[in-house]
Amino acid sequence: MKLVTAIIKPFKLDEVREALSGIGVQGITVTEVKGFGRQKGHTELYRGAEYVVDFLPKVKIEAAIDSALLDSVIEAIEGAARTGKIGDGKIFVYDLEQVVRIRTGETGKEAL
Amino acid sequence: MKKLLLSLALGLGLLSAGTFALAEAEAPVAAATEASASAAAPATTEAAPAAEAAAPAAVPNKGDTAWMMVSTLLVILMTVPGLALFYGGLVRSKNMLSVLMQVMVTFSMVVVLWFIYGYSLTFTEGGAFFGGWDRLFMKGIWDNAAGTFANAATFSKGVVLPEIVFAAFQATFAGITCALIVGSFAERMKFSAVLAFMVLWFTFSYAPIAHMVWFWMGPDAYTGKEVVDAMNAKAGYLWQSGALDFAGGTVVHINAAVAGLVGAYMVGKRIGYGKESMAPHSLTLTMVGASLLWVGWFGFNAGSALEANGFAALAFINTFGATAAAVLAWCVGETLMRGKASMLGAASGAVAGLVAITPACGNVGIGGALVIGFLSGFAGLWGVNGLKKLLGADDTLDVFGVHGVCGILGAILTGVFNSPALGGPGYVADWVTATMVTSADYSIAAQVWIQTKAVLTTVVWSGVVSIVAFKLVDMVIGLRVSEEDEREGLDISSHGETAYNR
Repeated sequence: MKLVTAIIKPFKLDEVREALSGIGVQGITVTEVKGFGRQKGHTELYRGAEYVVDFLPKVKIEAAIDSALLDSVIEAIEGAARTGKIGDGKIFVYDLEQVVRIRTGETGKEAL
Repeated sequence: MKKLLLSLALGLGLLSAGTFALAEAEAPVAAATEASASAAAPATTEAAPAAEAAAPAAVPNKGDTAWMMVSTLLVILMTVPGLALFYGGLVRSKNMLSVLMQVMVTFSMVVVLWFIYGYSLTFTEGGAFFGGWDRLFMKGIWDNAAGTFANAATFSKGVVLPEIVFAAFQATFAGITCALIVGSFAERMKFSAVLAFMVLWFTFSYAPIAHMVWFWMGPDAYTGKEVVDAMNAKAGYLWQSGALDFAGGTVVHINAAVAGLVGAYMVGKRIGYGKESMAPHSLTLTMVGASLLWVGWFGFNAGSALEANGFAALAFINTFGATAAAVLAWCVGETLMRGKASMLGAASGAVAGLVAITPACGNVGIGGALVIGFLSGFAGLWGVNGLKKLLGADDTLDVFGVHGVCGILGAILTGVFNSPALGGPGYVADWVTATMVTSADYSIAAQVWIQTKAVLTTVVWSGVVSIVAFKLVDMVIGLRVSEEDEREGLDISSHGETAYNR
């Protein structure tokens, strides 16, 4: 089992969600985050005070999936989230040791 | 300690209530004198700012009275929530409630003190710098036994206002002036220190300067040439000098701004100033606050005419035009300076224009008001940028940059655009006949010099009182919260609350 974490541009969230549903990923967790890579921040001015803001708002999607689905999930996220401009984001893949469905107590692949 | 404070508060409360009741009951003589036709009776409590009614006794006009009550409400709205939100939105969210508290409680405390002794100290006959004790605890302002109400003078002969309305209107001015100062030392000052300072500053700076600029015997006291010198001599020091300040450029804005600047210097810079982000947490609320200030200011300025008449209308329209011009000017200035006009700039521009037109509103023509407003937009922009760097103080919310700079500008330009040659109404040259100065006799240079002297007097007086008051409070209570408290945020450390639940 794998945990796929993707940092994407916020407005791409709906597209990515639809793409994932399309290949059979049933649930995801979404967090609003901020970060930067190569995309430049901006300057804010409040009267005489100038602030350089490096952080940009991003969205983090986490999905626990069956290892067999990994390649199609990566492809789906990449395809849906790409704009071609700097700041599109990154996908991280972690090994997932255990999954438990709280309602029923199922574990492993049945819990995905 | 808490029980002691509680008992003290209860005791003081009961004492005040009792004294107010006694004060009203024991002054039937004064009230009768006010209401009757005998203007010259020198009763001990007679010396209200003006109430000598010529025979037959003047009766308040219902339109004037209604307008003045509405104006009073508008100025209250300016402070709570206008100023509170304007300031609150500009600080970090961890300090939002502390700003709201400092504004609201300062305002409330000053209003109470006004009713106890402030009104008397400011608006009764005394000396050139302070009034007297004739209206202590508002005694004589109405007669509860007889059901009669004392009258206050306006600027027109034979026209009076219920004195209670005048006192209430002026209470809001005292309150908002003190609340303004809060902006300078926001985010680091002890709540108790704020209140202690306000008591001292209200008593020794607000009251005397208001007395100096605004106290006079009223138009009905000028019955003939033979009394003019005597009546003039009873007026406040700056009134006697001929200084023009319609709604409080000196009394309110310069006065508060200097106090704020002194406070900012003495309490020191915020931790992390210049390094950490201290960006406003809600410019939306700041805009709401600025809008409430603009709307309320019509009561502040036009209400200062004390009647619902042409001069109130002039003050009204000038408050409108100057502010709009200032908003544009600040936006233009910002766009030229850094390519973008900001919401904070537009809101600050509005306040800048309002401040500058305050002394001028009933004293200049509509064109003059537009010019004053336009110039103040640029002046304020400089005040919060260039001047702020020069001064080197952490004046958190730019109280001096906006209220000080634009107050000084407005006060001085009042001397220019008051001139009939420049569309202004001029001033009353002879209160016996109530005739205005002629264009030929008007000297802009002379009036500008008078205005400048008033500005300088205010700056020095407020500065000295503020230094002493802050120093005293620092020695007894301590001005600043601890570093941990400042880092945690005053909302939690001073008030045990969070503004926005996460």
